Amino acid sequence: MAVLVIADHDGTHLRDSTLKVLTAAKALSPDIDVLVYGAGSATVAGQAAKAAGVRKVLTAESAGLNADIAEDVAALIAGLAAGYDAVAIPASASGKNFAPRIAALLDVSIISDVIEVIDAKTFVRPIYAGNALETVQTSDAKVVLTVRPTTFAATAADGGSAAVEAASIPADFAGTRFVGEEKVTSDRPELGAAKVVVSGGRALGSAEEFHAVIEPLADKLGAAVGASRAAVDAGYAPNDYQVGQTGKVVAPALYIAVGISGAIQHLAGMKDSKVIVAINKDPEAPIFQIADYGLVEDYKTAVPALMAALG
Amino acid sequence: MKILVPVKRVIDYNVKVRVKADQTGVDLANVKMSMNPFDEIAVEEAVRLKEAGIATEIVAVSIGVAQCEAILRTALAMGADRGLLIQTDQDIEPLGIAKLLKAVIAEENPGIVLMGKQAIDGDNNATGQMLSTLLGWPQATFASKVVIDGDEAKVTREVDGGLQTLGVKLPAVITTDLRLNEPRYASLPNIMKAKKKPLDTKQVADYGVDVAPRLNVLKVTEPPKRSAGIKVADANALVANLKTAGVL
Repeated sequence: MAVLVIADHDGTHLRDSTLKVLTAAKALSPDIDVLVYGAGSATVAGQAAKAAGVRKVLTAESAGLNADIAEDVAALIAGLAAGYDAVAIPASASGKNFAPRIAALLDVSIISDVIEVIDAKTFVRPIYAGNALETVQTSDAKVVLTVRPTTFAATAADGGSAAVEAASIPADFAGTRFVGEEKVTSDRPELGAAKVVVSGGRALGSAEEFHAVIEPLADKLGAAVGASRAAVDAGYAPNDYQVGQTGKVVAPALYIAVGISGAIQHLAGMKDSKVIVAINKDPEAPIFQIADYGLVEDYKTAVPALMAALG
Repeated sequence: MKILVPVKRVIDYNVKVRVKADQTGVDLANVKMSMNPFDEIAVEEAVRLKEAGIATEIVAVSIGVAQCEAILRTALAMGADRGLLIQTDQDIEPLGIAKLLKAVIAEENPGIVLMGKQAIDGDNNATGQMLSTLLGWPQATFASKVVIDGDEAKVTREVDGGLQTLGVKLPAVITTDLRLNEPRYASLPNIMKAKKKPLDTKQVADYGVDVAPRLNVLKVTEPPKRSAGIKVADANALVANLKTAGVL
């Protein structure tokens, strides 16, 4: 019984989410290897090798892997799967893109968005945008799962001294080619990993207002910026700001919701935050039902007052 | 070029889901059911490709109970040409659905399969990727823009931290994200016309593929409730509380 964990990284640093998936994997088996694929794999593999309890780190690079082409990533991992009983993948957009392919190649079911490991075959996962939790037991010989990192504690980033070796890489798939990408660059912390998140909703009314109100507050707190789906759909904020079941699931120490009513699908993306603050002029807004601290006030006066109170 | 659009019947997006007291699932009795919203986006995109002269025929396919006919009629009213209902009372997992769709595709030979990135009931986000794998066709998931250029689709995708554009050789499987388009409402005349469009019904057994479940659902429960905290008078009181809580 061994588990292969697929690392999430930015080409330079191992993301915290990898350490959290390692914790989930340790509930399956003590024998854990990590695969780091894509550009920068050697550097990141050095970091993964230091994580507590890692047995071995594999690296892999190719044109397709470096562009995160799902066909190539899945073929690589399915090829390695003979040596493992389970493959655990962070439930990021990237992970969700290739994980079901691995399952299909192995003719097993995919278990998506795992939030709790009961035993090596039994898992808890949210369904209906987090409005229900399903406990499923698989009868497949191999288990392929994506893990929602926010619900697991991070494994210690040091203490390990795993060996690093190169994996054998299948030829790239010919039918898909990388054309280009537009990555949003920001000095703010990453939404999924930030300790503090400030999110704006539809009440902001325009992209200009979102920019003028939410971003300065976030910068004052050293926070990441999030948005409700309503604000994203209305074009006030870019799609990758979206917090919710259909966007990012976050669990920061402090979550401040400004002008967000609290639709179910938004709550599914942030209700595991440690402390939730809601600022909304509507005292009946559902967000207040889950907020630790509610301020019933128009954001137009509340946010400047909050900025002043923060000094 | 033919486009195949798989559509799923799910609890309507606006309905509050209730877990059954015996923990066997969620309550579907007397609940409004609709087409999965991501699938509506897929139907809309297919119709736009037909309006642009790129697609020649749109086939909508649904796998499920007899009442799935209603959402196939919705797809036909939006502009699909033909419907196929593969009837079953079994709740088939993504891998089984992908195998059935592969069998349908062997008969239909579409140039593109356009489908929702996930259904809002199971939230698996898996069937499109699995189908593409079983077919050996390229995949482009989470699409926010689709441009057909000869034998290639250029698909802009919503990825972590931005957008990625892939070129996929047709035939290919494309799954839709929220911002790809805003689906139209079917007009009354089109709803009437949809009633006369062809709709075939088959049984899962007709396709001879293995759709046996791999997962045993042990229980379905409500998530732990988070209780409301306190209301604070103003921003100063808020900051004081946050300092006490140790998060500032």
